[in-house]
Amino acid sequence: MQNKEILALLLAGGQGSRLGVLTKNIAKPAVLYGAKYRIIDFSLSNCINSDIDTVGVLTQYQPLELNAHIGIGKPWDMDRINGGITILSPYLKAEIGEWYKGTANAVFQNIHYVDKHSPKYVIILSGDHIYKMNYSKMLDFHKENNADATISVINVPWEEASRYGIMNTHESGQIFEFDEKPQKPKSNLASMGVYIFTWEALREYLIRDDENINSSHDFGKNIIPMMLNEGKSMWAYQFSGYWRDVGTIQAYWESNMDLISRVPEFNLFDPAWKIYTSNHLKCAHYIAPEGSVKKSIIAEGCMIYGKVKNSVIFPGVYIDKDAEVEDSIIMTDSVIGSNSIIKQCITGEGVKIGSNVKLGIGDNIPNEHKPSIYYSGISVVGENAVVPDNTKIGKNVVVDSHVEASDFCATNIESGKSILKGGECE
Amino acid sequence: MKSTMGIILTGGKNDRLKELAELRSSTAVPVGGKYRMIDFVLSNMVNSGITNIGVLTQYSFRSLMDHLGSGKEWDLDRRNDGLFVFPPYLSGEHSGWYQGSADAMYHNITFLKRSFEEYVIVAQGNCVYKMMFDKILDYHVEKNADITIVYRNMGDFPEEELQYMGVMKVDEQEKVVDFKEKHKSPTSAICSMGIYILKRELLISLLEECASHGKYDFVKDVLINKLNVLNIYGYEFEGYWRNISTINAYYRINMEMLNPQIRHQLFEQHGRVYTKVKDEPPAKYNEEAIVKNSIVADGCIVEGEVENSVLFRGVTIKKGSVVKNSIIMQGSIVDEEVKINHLIIDKGVIITKGINLEGTTTFPVIISKNTVV
Repeated sequence: MQNKEILALLLAGGQGSRLGVLTKNIAKPAVLYGAKYRIIDFSLSNCINSDIDTVGVLTQYQPLELNAHIGIGKPWDMDRINGGITILSPYLKAEIGEWYKGTANAVFQNIHYVDKHSPKYVIILSGDHIYKMNYSKMLDFHKENNADATISVINVPWEEASRYGIMNTHESGQIFEFDEKPQKPKSNLASMGVYIFTWEALREYLIRDDENINSSHDFGKNIIPMMLNEGKSMWAYQFSGYWRDVGTIQAYWESNMDLISRVPEFNLFDPAWKIYTSNHLKCAHYIAPEGSVKKSIIAEGCMIYGKVKNSVIFPGVYIDKDAEVEDSIIMTDSVIGSNSIIKQCITGEGVKIGSNVKLGIGDNIPNEHKPSIYYSGISVVGENAVVPDNTKIGKNVVVDSHVEASDFCATNIESGKSILKGGECE
Repeated sequence: MKSTMGIILTGGKNDRLKELAELRSSTAVPVGGKYRMIDFVLSNMVNSGITNIGVLTQYSFRSLMDHLGSGKEWDLDRRNDGLFVFPPYLSGEHSGWYQGSADAMYHNITFLKRSFEEYVIVAQGNCVYKMMFDKILDYHVEKNADITIVYRNMGDFPEEELQYMGVMKVDEQEKVVDFKEKHKSPTSAICSMGIYILKRELLISLLEECASHGKYDFVKDVLINKLNVLNIYGYEFEGYWRNISTINAYYRINMEMLNPQIRHQLFEQHGRVYTKVKDEPPAKYNEEAIVKNSIVADGCIVEGEVENSVLFRGVTIKKGSVVKNSIIMQGSIVDEEVKINHLIIDKGVIITKGINLEGTTTFPVIISKNTVV
């Protein structure tokens, strides 16, 4: 087998619990984004656009959708004889079978996969972020510095720095200290969760970390600090450009909305850096004589008979006559019934909204059940849920996935309520 | 339909399509926002379970070959069978160009001979329709026919277009009793759709016989010639079907796709229509966009007014422009303050600021590929 210079390991096991019902049945990297993509498409497209054609995708939480999406890597041109995409899920071993206990442990358990390709370098990515980045430039930086580890960093606003892993560096870019979520940050260089390691060095640390029973087997918490303490050559690679961790409902909604501005900061129309995804096989979308679309992005296979404004519409969505969709994200194959008004909502795949429904209109009262998730005014309808005709639903409401018309206990659901399967309204 | 293989004929040069088919086979002409004509017949075959398909190309086949590639998009990149493209070739006694449909098949008779399927479907590559071919095979077997020809009542076609078709007559048993190819003054609107089903062995012997008599044309020299010798039956198709014999026909097909019933027949019934993937981002509409009754493909950016039009992938319509009743192909740009009506704009065209252009429904203006107006 031809050896690879660099191999990517994409950590796609995260649940993304702050995305609420959006990640109830799928892992965060598989969440739909930007009218036709899934979050993981950005990291995978970055890989192939950076000439990295050997990628191990480490999955754990609800991998079904993710596995189906990735398949053999065709959309990213990774159906290769030498290299290509490999899904690495936790597995049983001779003596014990175990889940991935942390990011470092996940890589540790797949040392043999990396060894098989015996690369000089390994790039560790997470499938959680929206960004376009040329990893080959970062690799050049790593090689120039003769580094053991290079961590990609981005300038974040000082007031938010305490939410990130912060790198304190010398002027040259060499890291001398790492602060995980510091109370008083000394710098605003936040780790993006993109690491390049010289494999020989990382391999040794993974094995030593595994022997430490007190470790939580995490790159940020354990591997990086341990390497720093032992004086390894660690460098911060400065990235500038659009990078978002769409980890909360609000951040997810905002990042989608960034795409509809006149000249978006995050440009999907760059022919030199295409974002690839699996093909929906739908015909071009249709706007009816009575339909109207303004400041929105619309995918293929949609039929728009109503009005759409400031919204992101995924493939195969049907918006019926006199319906109004505003400031919303409507996912694949959903139906919005006639005369319905949808404001500031996210609806999952295959959702059916009846006629004369008012969704997302009311006072901004945080969700009573999960105020830490649904608080910013956005109501969320889970995948394949049905909202019956004439229902009024307020803000910060969550409708659970697969809810049916009979699960609604009233036609007027006030802000901050939750509709759950089995007729529970909380 | 493992028992059936497919042959797609891509025809000769069509001057009636003017600039649209100057540099491409009529089967490779873009249609409906993201497709090429051949996608429909190929998808029909794939959706009917046919996996061994030969495409016989002759005229300007580069764009067609580029479109078909390895057949990946139709799931035809197979270890066994799959998609085979046969451009003309030179050999000892053979001059290269195919002289007719039978000649084209005869020169690739090895493809027929080394296949194993019992039946062959021969179809044209430049028609828009959705059809399940397995139904026709059932009918063919039930009728105990030697050849079955699929026909349609073309009453919904303008009369002048019927002269480019094969007009048929069938008796009460659906047996074909008369067939006239490209008749100047057609007497009926019952026309062949150019879809034939027959046994592979029979096709091989008919082609060999035809070639030994120095004949080239499948319709004239095989079908019409054998009308009284073989059991030739007709199968009536009642759905939507269009060919692109003329510019007007081409314009009409695109405009008819704005009709929800026709879109439903073409894209939501009998499986999907497959085509080459371009990985464009979803279409983007800015604040000023006014779009009515139009088809818009991925990768478009719309800031102007668009009505009764078909925008292919990656088209840009800038501010203050008004596009009506037009077809704009891939990657073309309409700059600010442009007014166009009844236009067919080929790929990669730039209409510069402030231009006014107008055709009519019967005479749409065509702007050739990669021109700057």
